Formats: sequence, C-alpha cells, structure tokens
Amino acid sequence: MFDQFDALLLARFQFAFTVSFHFIFPSFSIGLASYLAVLEGLWLWTGREVYLNLFKYWLKIFALAFAMGVVSGIVMSYQFGTNWAVFSDKAGPVIGPLMAYEVMTAFFLEAGFLGIMLFGMGRVGRKLHFAATLAVAIGTFISAFWILSANSWMQTPVGYGINEAGQFVPEDWWAIIFNPSFPYRLVHTVLAAYLTTALVVGGVGAWHLLRERTNKGARVMFSMAMGMISLVAPLQILAGDMHGLNTLEHQPAKVMAMEGHFESHPDGAPLILFGIPDQEAGTVRNAIAIPKASSLILKHDLDAPMDGLDTVDRANWPYVPVVFWSFRIMVGLGFAMLALGAFSLLARWRGKLYEWRPLHRLALVMGPSGFVAVIAGWVTTEVGRQPFTVYGLLKTAASASPLEAPAVAASLLTFIIVYFIVFGAGTGYILKLMAKPPHRGETGPQAGPDHPIRTAGITPAPSVDPARTLGVEA
Amino acid sequence: METLFDLPTLWAFVIAFAVFAYVVMDGFDLGIGILFPFFAPGPERDSAMNSVAPVWDGNETWLVLGGGGLMAAFPLAYAIILPALYAPIIAMVLALIFRGVAFEFRWRDPGHRRYWDVAFTTGSVVATLAQGITLGALLQGIVVEGRSYAGGWWDWLTPFSLLVGVSLVIGYALLGATWLVMKTEGAVQDHSFRLAGKLALGMIVCIGLVSAATPFLSGAYYERWFAWPQVLFTAQVPLLVGLCSGTLLVGLVRRWEYWPFLLTLALFALCLLGLGISMFPHVVPNAVTIHEAAAPHASLEFMLVGASVLIPIILAYTGYAYWVFRGKIGHEGYH
Repeated sequence: MFDQFDALLLARFQFAFTVSFHFIFPSFSIGLASYLAVLEGLWLWTGREVYLNLFKYWLKIFALAFAMGVVSGIVMSYQFGTNWAVFSDKAGPVIGPLMAYEVMTAFFLEAGFLGIMLFGMGRVGRKLHFAATLAVAIGTFISAFWILSANSWMQTPVGYGINEAGQFVPEDWWAIIFNPSFPYRLVHTVLAAYLTTALVVGGVGAWHLLRERTNKGARVMFSMAMGMISLVAPLQILAGDMHGLNTLEHQPAKVMAMEGHFESHPDGAPLILFGIPDQEAGTVRNAIAIPKASSLILKHDLDAPMDGLDTVDRANWPYVPVVFWSFRIMVGLGFAMLALGAFSLLARWRGKLYEWRPLHRLALVMGPSGFVAVIAGWVTTEVGRQPFTVYGLLKTAASASPLEAPAVAASLLTFIIVYFIVFGAGTGYILKLMAKPPHRGETGPQAGPDHPIRTAGITPAPSVDPARTLGVEA
Repeated sequence: METLFDLPTLWAFVIAFAVFAYVVMDGFDLGIGILFPFFAPGPERDSAMNSVAPVWDGNETWLVLGGGGLMAAFPLAYAIILPALYAPIIAMVLALIFRGVAFEFRWRDPGHRRYWDVAFTTGSVVATLAQGITLGALLQGIVVEGRSYAGGWWDWLTPFSLLVGVSLVIGYALLGATWLVMKTEGAVQDHSFRLAGKLALGMIVCIGLVSAATPFLSGAYYERWFAWPQVLFTAQVPLLVGLCSGTLLVGLVRRWEYWPFLLTLALFALCLLGLGISMFPHVVPNAVTIHEAAAPHASLEFMLVGASVLIPIILAYTGYAYWVFRGKIGHEGYH
C-alpha cells in the first residue's frame, strides 16, 4: 500500500517535471514563430534591411528551441500510457482523438514548412517563403489549440457519456472541443506565449543596448518588444481575470485554494495578499489581507458571500500551499510586466527609450520572467485540479499505471539527468547566440559549409542547396 | 463476428501502416546512426548525417502518430502495453532525445562534436534495441488482469525479446547500409556494400531464428501459421522471404545499387505481415482483441474523417520531398 502511494507520487512528479520542461519550449516558439512572421512581413512591406537581419538573427534561435520542443514532445505522447494507463484507458476515447488531430494537423504543417522557413530564403521566392513562415506560425497555434482543448476538457469535462467499462464515450465533439474553460485557457495561454517571447526579445535587446547603445538591430527589437509588452500585459491581466471567473464557475475549489479561502465568508471575503497556508489546520497563518476585496474582484460586490474549502469534502481538496504560492508568483510577475510596459511607455514618451539604462536593466532582469510566470500559471491550474485528472470524475490516484516504485524512481532519475544535460546544453547554445549582437548582413541558419542543413521537418523542392545539404561540392 | 472492414479493423490497418511507414522512413536513418562509428570523422560522417538530416523529424512524426493513434483508437491496448514495456519505452524516448538534438548540437559546438557524435550513435542503437525488445516482449505475451497489466517490471527481459532487439539493430543497420549504397559512390559505396553483405547474412539468420521461435511461444501462433487450409496462405510468407533474401544476396554480390534497399524494405514488409498473421485479431497476444480494445464508434469515426484527408496529404508531401532528394549524393543528377 505504501509502495503504491510512493509510485503514484513519483509518477506525478515525473509528469510534472517532463511536462514543465516541454512546456518551456512551445511557450517560447509559439510567440517567436509569430514574431518572425511579423519581422518578415515588415521587411517585405518596408524593404528595410534591419528587419531581415533581425529575422535571420532570431531564426537561428528558433531552430534550436524548436528541435528541443520536438524531442521533449515525443516523451509526452508516450508518458500517458507508461505512467497513466488507467487514465489512458478511460479518457483515451475523448483525449486521444484530440491529440491525434494535433499530430495530423499541426505537426504536418510544421514539419512541412519549417525546412523552407529555415533554409529556403532566396530559393523559393519571397512570397512563398513568407507563406512558409506564416504556415509554421499557424502550425504552432493549431498545436496549442488541440492540446489546450484536451487539457481544458480534463478541467471542465462535458459532452461525454460513460460506458459499462467505465470509459468516457464522446457524445458531442463540438461540446468536447469547445468545452467551457477552453476559450479562456486558449486566450490566456497564447497571450502568455506572446508575452514570454516579448520579454525574451526585450531582454536580449536591452543587453545589447547596455553594451552598444547605437546598435540598430538592438534598438528595433527592444522597441518592438516593449511595445508588445505595453499592449499585451494589460490584456493578459484582463484575460486572466476572466479565466479566473470562469474557473470560479466550474472549479470553485481551485479558486478557493488560489485565494487561500479555507473558511466561508457569508458577508464579503477578504483578499489575502500573503500568508502561510496550513493545509492540516485549514487556515492561513500570518495573513495580510484586504477586507472584502476578494468578493469585489470575484463577484463585483463587496458583501457577496463566498464559500470556502470548508464546504468541500476534505478528500477533494487540492494541495493549497502550492496553488496559493504559484498563483501569487504568476500574478506578481504579471504586474511586474505591466510596470515594465508602463515604464517603457514613459521612456518612449520622453524620447529616452534607448537611453534610460534603468529601463534596460529592468528589461534584462525581466527577460526570463515569462517562463517563470508560465510555469507558475501551469502549476496553479494543474495542481488546482487535484485530486482529479478528469475534474470531479476520475481521481489521480485511480489514474496511474500499476507500476512498482523502483521502476518509476529509476525513470524519474534518468529523466532528470538527461534533461539537465541535453536541455542545459541547448539552453547554453541559445544563450551563446543571444550574446552576439545583431548586425548588418546577418546570416541565417544556412550560412557556411559547416552548418546543419536544417533542424527538422521535410524540406521540399528547391529550398535546399544540394551542395550545402550534402556537405560536399556538387 | 464483426465484418472484416469495420472501424476497429480499419484502424488496426491504419496503425499498422503508421508503424510500417515509421520503419521504412526512420529505419534507415537510425541505421545510419548505428553505422556512424564505421565512417571516418570529417566529411564522410558529415555527409552521412546530412543525407538523413532533412527527413529525420518528419520520419519520427510517424512514431508519434503510431503512439497517439494507438491511444486514440485502442486505448485499452495502449493502457496495457505501455506499462508492461515501461523500461524499453522510456529508454527509447530518452535515446531519441539524444539522437534528435545531436543533429543540431554537433554543429553548434565543434569543441564537443565528438561527444554529440557518440550521443548520436548511442541514441540510435539504444532506440532501435528498445523498439525490438518492445516488439519481442509484446509477441511473447503480456500478463493481463481485468483491464490492466499485471506482470512485473522486468517481464519484458527474456532471451526472445533480446533476440528480436538485436535482430532489429541488424535490420536497421542493413537499411542504413543499403540506403548509402543507393545514395553514394566511390569509397563510401564500396564500404557500404561490404557492410551490407555481412548485415544481410546477419538479418537472414535473425529472421530465421525469430520465425522459428515464434510459433512455439504460444499455441495460438502455431495454429495461425500451420492450421489447414490457411497454411496455404501463410506458407507464402516464408517462401517470399526466401526469395527476397536470395535476390538481396545476389544483388549485393553483383553490386546492384537500388534493389538492395528496396529488397530490404520488402523483407521488413514481410516480417510485418508475419507479425500480423501471428497476432490478428489480437492486439495484446492471447489477451485482448482489437475489438475489445477499440475506442467507441464515435471516437474512431471522428478520427477517420481527419485521417482519410490528412494522411494522404502527408504522404503526398513526403513522397515529393523524397523525390526531390532522389539520386546520388554529390552527383550532378542530384539536382
């Protein structure tokens, strides 16, 4: 019995570890693919060389990030079966087809057009190349669409029946795909990806501005990134608020955990800013709270009654301390991003966007904050769904494979070692590319005889120079 | 009894097709990884790697489709098979990580290129071995209780599964060698011919051993192969294997350039057909049939709509890409 519990915990940790690592790459490449499309579009429209240089500069980084996203994604498609067999058996009829559609629609587009995008510049014509870049950007979005639809269905399951074997049987695909939390989660996650990319681009731009204030490429990327953050950060806070209201409607226990509301508040619930949640005692110690503010935010009424976790069966509580803190990390970073955007607007208004060093330093420090916020948000929503895999219907403890603890412990340890070596090296290579300033006549991934022909995908037609492809003279 | 072409049967064919497409496409590029140490560092290795770099991740998409498709179409089979084969499957995905990033990283970091080359070879060998062991362990049978796997976590490790694992390494290496025979000239091609000759003999021995062992794994296999009158049909498979093997050896001796690769593919197709004869209509041997494991009608139908449009498009595109890359490496005809 104890062993069973251990294997379950290890399996949960393994899934959390591998999915978090995997999630880092798409959350960057979704935004970056769109940014590349914008850069190329601007280049075609204005003819300014700086946009082309920036396109090629970020394309090299995109190639690496995309490769790591591909290989860490293969792990995910098998991990459902290896570690969550009962879940796969029961929810497979609903979740499986959504993921199969992801493979058939998104992977096809990406694998098909990535080759042209990476190496086809100047070989297939500008318009066709731009179409390829757009196709890759759309492919990353379609991928997010299906996988978030599947994830959202696990949070807010609808449109299903249950057969005699205990399997979820799809009854209404439209309802399943567009389940109640999906539109909110899709908007919130895609905006997060855009924000994450803008912060990375802004951080890289700031780094080069701090060293060489006149670098044209650094100026343009910094300006674009700050503009994007000024626009998207407030939108994201708005989208997050709406997503929260949707969660309150469908998964109230998750919101209670986020808010730290162990007790019910019949006449206005306080907004707990900080405190130490104590799951055992069912209380938040040393809480600093604003009276009635939580009711105002969630119900738009100071005196609205709010239920607490005391109305929920204790066996169905999520682990509050994790949800409570990850939510605060996400929201705190969200407001820091808002502040960065406002700071940059002030600088822009004063005409000091490229001069104010404190702004550049802040942007540099905030560079990786998008990743932290994305992971924190992910933890909030996934741990907040506990103790269920399919919310309210299938318990996590009843979803796992019948594995022995040593097997899961061994695989978990191997995953940790391999991921740190492989993705550590890959991140190092990305940082090395970022450390080089953008310059005139930037070369794409195809430069030099000593480079790979491409990272991924199938390269069609004349997009690849055969001589370079083969590493020998034709 | 269901009709022959109901939805579950159709999906069994779709997934078998995805597995074969994967073996056809990723087999030779894993094989080149396996043979990598036999090539001299420098231009020889670079060109061997670059001959598969354009296609490797498109190839691996078939593996994702195979895994994802199995979960979607036969969730019960996915839920039983994957935990049963936990160690080899985890080893396979980890090996594919090393191998996949090596394509990109070896160029980014010339100082450590040797290490990424080792990662490329090790990843290719381990991934192939794990795939073969997975297949062997599935064939020898899995302990099932109710709707889940009921065996231990070392059950997969037997002499038979290891035999299938080693056989697949030899088979993929043969695909890689015959691919290079087709795509190269001069010294590399001579080298590949010599390797292919030895590997072809090895593969024929392996097919013989695995085929001889399989009917005795369980009563059902023996029945399916030797019962009258279907033996008239099943006997064609070993006959064709013999024919292809003989032709392959003749072709390698006479230095045919295209046929060895195609004949090796034919051998793989016949092995898959043999596997189908052994297993059908089970998806987990002796335990779960494809109809028992099949997802509800609504799931299969929903996916079939997409698959029937999208898979032909993917195939057309892939075929076109291979057509573009036809011909010899570094030869005028390559354009």
